[in-house]
Amino acid sequence: MNSILFTFIVLLGFTSYYFGRKKAYTIQSTKKRLTALPQFYGYYLAIWCAIPAFIIFSLWAIFEPTIVKLLVLSDYSNQGYLDDELNLIYEKTKSLSRGQFTGEITPFIEASAEKYLSLRSIAQSSKAVIVLSIIIASVAYAYKRISSNSRTREPVEKFLNAVLFTASLAAILTTIGIVFSLIFQTIDFFKVIPLFDFVFGTHWYPAKAFVRDSSEALDPSMYSDTFGAVPIFAGTFFIAFIAMCVAIPIGLMSGIYLAEYASSKVRQYAKPLIEILAGIPTVVYGFFAALTVGPFLKELGTSMGLEVSAESALAAGGVMGIMIIPFISSLSDDVITSVPQSLRDGSYAMGATKSETIKRVIFPAALPGIVGSILLGVSRAIGETMIVVMASGLAANLTLNPLESTSTITAQIVVILIGDQAFGDPKTQAAFALGMSLFLVTLCLNIVALRVVKKYREKYE
Amino acid sequence: MKKNGVKMIKIKAKNVDVFYGKKQALYNIGLDIEENQVTALIGPSGCGKSTFLRCLNRMNDVIDICSVKGEILINDFNINDKSCDVVRLREKIGMVFQKPNPFPKTVYENISYGPTIHGMAQSKQEMDEIVETSLKKAALWEEIKDRLHEPGTGLSGGQQQRLCIARAISVRPEVILMDEPCSALDPIATAQIEELIDELKKEHTIIIVTHSMAQAARVSQNTGFFHLGHLIEHGSTDKIFKNPDNTKTQDYITGRFG
Repeated sequence: MNSILFTFIVLLGFTSYYFGRKKAYTIQSTKKRLTALPQFYGYYLAIWCAIPAFIIFSLWAIFEPTIVKLLVLSDYSNQGYLDDELNLIYEKTKSLSRGQFTGEITPFIEASAEKYLSLRSIAQSSKAVIVLSIIIASVAYAYKRISSNSRTREPVEKFLNAVLFTASLAAILTTIGIVFSLIFQTIDFFKVIPLFDFVFGTHWYPAKAFVRDSSEALDPSMYSDTFGAVPIFAGTFFIAFIAMCVAIPIGLMSGIYLAEYASSKVRQYAKPLIEILAGIPTVVYGFFAALTVGPFLKELGTSMGLEVSAESALAAGGVMGIMIIPFISSLSDDVITSVPQSLRDGSYAMGATKSETIKRVIFPAALPGIVGSILLGVSRAIGETMIVVMASGLAANLTLNPLESTSTITAQIVVILIGDQAFGDPKTQAAFALGMSLFLVTLCLNIVALRVVKKYREKYE
Repeated sequence: MKKNGVKMIKIKAKNVDVFYGKKQALYNIGLDIEENQVTALIGPSGCGKSTFLRCLNRMNDVIDICSVKGEILINDFNINDKSCDVVRLREKIGMVFQKPNPFPKTVYENISYGPTIHGMAQSKQEMDEIVETSLKKAALWEEIKDRLHEPGTGLSGGQQQRLCIARAISVRPEVILMDEPCSALDPIATAQIEELIDELKKEHTIIIVTHSMAQAARVSQNTGFFHLGHLIEHGSTDKIFKNPDNTKTQDYITGRFG
């Protein structure tokens, strides 16, 4: 029923567009000058057709269930039932009306099921009638306005403005919603686990908190030495550090090569090729790290008499660095290319060589942008999940030996949330606390990076 | 300037052809530039005068598709020869561009840039001296001696251009090339630069590309007129402006075309 009505509204919208435009052409044929292009008249009419109908439609969808419930339950209102009992009765009524009720059918419930069904059908048909009459009324109103050749362009533009505003509002509200859900779960987590233990504890062993019954769940003493985040923060920054050790030099040098040395033909092919690296799914990098690089490093280490874990921070960090190369290379290439040619000319005219020009003029001028690209790379390294889950191990060792396995914030969130988990359990909430800290770190990095990039832009404009 | 009664020739261009890809931009240019004189190159836009100027310090090397043929002798040495060291050449031949292009560094660093890369100063003191003399020669010292460590990009347009001139003379070049140095400046700044050019010719040979006939007449001793890639006429500024041989030159300087 709803979908039929919906389709009908859409079809009517298209029809009104057509009629609106036609009306405009008619006005035009009488040699009167239109105040807007004919299609604006069409849009105007279509908007007037669809928007009021959709507003009624959605209001109905929001309020109908509540009103029907109130009406059905009004029969029981004076009989001293509790709210929960009333809800149960209503659920029984609904399932009976759908023919799915399996329990004992009392006459009371049967009566209310009938009432429910009749209310629903009344609601449906009155909805159709109201929506259709609203459409007719608003289209008639708008059509009349069109014939008096009044303004149509401004309302249409305003409407588009509102649509775009709503879209960006939706994006912003979603972000805020996610942040708030993180905040509340994190607060719950810290009610059980002291913040101090989380930030300064050196033992991370969430599996310890897993096999417990609910009576124990709120006893803080059971969780001491379980949620100390130091090893995984250390692991995160350590792996990110290894990654940046790979990504910064290679990315920067390839960016400089592309921007300054490569002939336009080389650049034409090399740049897309490097950017293909950015298009490889991280899970592919992950098994590259876990199945190729990790074992290779282990063999290499063994042959040199070193103890190397098959899942090492070095393998994960190195592969992650390769993943980040295209970001740094491509961004720094763009930044270097946008340094004005006049600065290069000025430097060459002084007798500077290419490398002197790059080192003394172009690099300093592009530095803020390059720093920005590096910071964006770092925040990617910290947020990267798949590679570390597959290649760096899941045990949170507190170590600075790149040949041992270690774990990161993201990998631990995966570990915690894989399989069964219960809401309200500190183990699950720990994932939110980790997510929150990750969010804060990358947020700060991104803010700094964007600031730096913006500052750079102002310089030449 | 005359030595033994003969005008000294600093730069001698012979049969210079320049191509951008397949398109020829200059045809068989032959031009002598006298030492310690100001030579103005005039002509309508796209006539090749800037291209010729950029040949003199091989700035056209920077452009991939550009190729230069012919001989350009500076102090009797052909700069288009393979043995020519571009770094040394550009140390000797400074250049000032159309738009002021100070580096996004401090005033001091802008001036010390050339001396640093050519290893001209052994100590901080020597560098300070170079910076001071360069700025004084560019008639900028009094205005900005207290702002040496502020960014050069923060100066006014005219000051920036004089800073670029100071930067160019910091390595004591023998020749200074100026590519429409005043086209982005107001009349007052232009007058200052012209005065400066007159001063600089005592120590440097100056070649200036300009669109302003009046400027060419004011600052130069010799003038060359380019048209569609050909050097139509060259000679003393007096002669070119008062009694040109070629009717095209006559038409251009009287404003009938171009």
